[in-house]
Amino acid sequence: MKQFFAFIKKEFFHIWRDKRTLFILLGMPITQIIIFGFALTNEVKNSKMAILDLSKDASSKQLIQKMSIGKYFDATSVLYNYQEVEPIFKKGKIKMVLIIPQQFANDLQHGNQAHIQLICDGSDPNVANTLSTYATAIIKDFQSQLVKEQKLPYRIETDIRMLYNPELKGAYSFVPGVMALILMLTCAMMTSIAIVKEKEMGTMEIILVSPLKPFGVVIAKAIPYMLLSMVNVITILLLSVYVLDVPIRGNLILLLSEGLLFTITSLALGLLISSITDSQQVAMLISLMGLFLPTTVFSGYMFPIENMPIPLQVMSNMVPAKWFYFIVKTIMIKGLGFQYVWKETCILIGMTVVLFGLSIKNFKTRLS
Amino acid sequence: MNKENVIVVNGLTKSFGDFVAVDHISFEVSKGEIFGFLGANGAGKTTAMRMLCGLSTPTSGKAMVAGFDVFREAEKIKQNIGYMSQKFSLYEDLTIKENIQFYGGIYGLTKKQIQEKTDYLVAHLHLQNHQNSLVKSLPLGWKQKLAFSVAIVHDPAIVFLDEPTGGVDPVTRREFWELIYDASERGITVFVTTHYMDEAEYCHRVSIMVDGRIEALDTPKGLKKTYDSVSMDEVFLKLARKAVRGE
Repeated sequence: MKQFFAFIKKEFFHIWRDKRTLFILLGMPITQIIIFGFALTNEVKNSKMAILDLSKDASSKQLIQKMSIGKYFDATSVLYNYQEVEPIFKKGKIKMVLIIPQQFANDLQHGNQAHIQLICDGSDPNVANTLSTYATAIIKDFQSQLVKEQKLPYRIETDIRMLYNPELKGAYSFVPGVMALILMLTCAMMTSIAIVKEKEMGTMEIILVSPLKPFGVVIAKAIPYMLLSMVNVITILLLSVYVLDVPIRGNLILLLSEGLLFTITSLALGLLISSITDSQQVAMLISLMGLFLPTTVFSGYMFPIENMPIPLQVMSNMVPAKWFYFIVKTIMIKGLGFQYVWKETCILIGMTVVLFGLSIKNFKTRLS
Repeated sequence: MNKENVIVVNGLTKSFGDFVAVDHISFEVSKGEIFGFLGANGAGKTTAMRMLCGLSTPTSGKAMVAGFDVFREAEKIKQNIGYMSQKFSLYEDLTIKENIQFYGGIYGLTKKQIQEKTDYLVAHLHLQNHQNSLVKSLPLGWKQKLAFSVAIVHDPAIVFLDEPTGGVDPVTRREFWELIYDASERGITVFVTTHYMDEAEYCHRVSIMVDGRIEALDTPKGLKKTYDSVSMDEVFLKLARKAVRGE
């Protein structure tokens, strides 16, 4: 046991001496949270819009006013004919054109149907989608105001409430995602690099000749990174609560324990990587390509997994971050308890056991 | 087993598939002896040494190291040997003191023992003013002397040195050997592989491996006489030329 602590102490010296890496490790969650929380948001505000109003009457004016009064659209240009539509998109000055045809007011008053055209810049599909949704909602709202003035036999009004995240804030899904990403990076990458470094420097041989058990060495190397990762988890939680206003609705202890579990899963992955490579560069490349990418793509916080082709959906199940993301979201954002995440927790535990088993087996075969 | 013999090897063999890396080698090394283990690259030195350190299990044969069987008691062997490799074996980003503390720690020395050892080593190697400097700031010769001192910090029965003096000048090498003689006088057996024939002359006895077998084993003086050579260099060349195995 004393040998074990001597080793951990040495590991801390390594981390402490390498101030730059330490700074990156501890600074990464802060920058990531700030970048993801503020810069990368799905909300589209103050989009520039052009208006082609061929109707020019009271109701079209009303609609235009309604559109530009909110925080979503700024009517920056006014067009006078259809020929102007395409050039203004080409200039890239606007994201959407609202076209109100000449017979709009007439149709509205005499016929049962009036048409409005929305043209969006589809080269940026996500933005285009969001904008058309916002615009449609505003138009619907406008319509229901008009309808109120008349008597109609039936009327269905949709009241939409966004559960757990009423304002549809992007941060609600980014915080759990960033947490998965950061833990994956600090644990898996740093542990694998730390172990491979010993191999590269030739100190691994000395350790293997010493009475320390190889498994003990591996665990001793992982412990400092586990502690660092827990510091990161706490940093992320503090930032999300006090800076991004993302609440922790569920049980904090449960959340932290799940964090610890995922840390151990990542460590196991790091060990596996270190057992198959001999150089720090390779370890880093494998960690980045093999962990960073799948974590970002398949955890579900950037791209919805349900929309992926079936083979990719199946693949996503092998990514531990996907399960952790679900767990954090459920506990933190939805405020639900362990009975809602036990299945995912079991999957993570299972993955960890398999990964540990594989890396120990690899270590043993390499030694003999 | 002779009480004075700390290494007894009998017909030790290691094969990887069809390839026999170490082919029935037998020898004995007595307490406090400086035993040179020579051979061209690929002759099987490293494999033999790994087996003696308990790092790899022999295919057949017998070997006792520090009184323990390499097959069954590898863990006990590890507790009783020291090891220094050709690749550098100290942590460059730790200070001298921290390195000594770490190696003392993993061999289970008590705090007090570590403190005494640190004071002794620092004084002995004239490093009083440097004990808190990082190892990477030291010249190579100092690092190697320190690495050797650290390898025997737990007073092992045997210390294995795998080409310990690569890349240093003859003067520093000579100083390094003073430390080896010191250790030998304190009863520590030194098992050393080397490529430098001037170092081979410093050994009490030398074995020369060719193609996995021990081709010659005697004192440097005896070897020179047997092979009618003026230097160990000549002896080595005469023997190593017989090799059929490439690198």
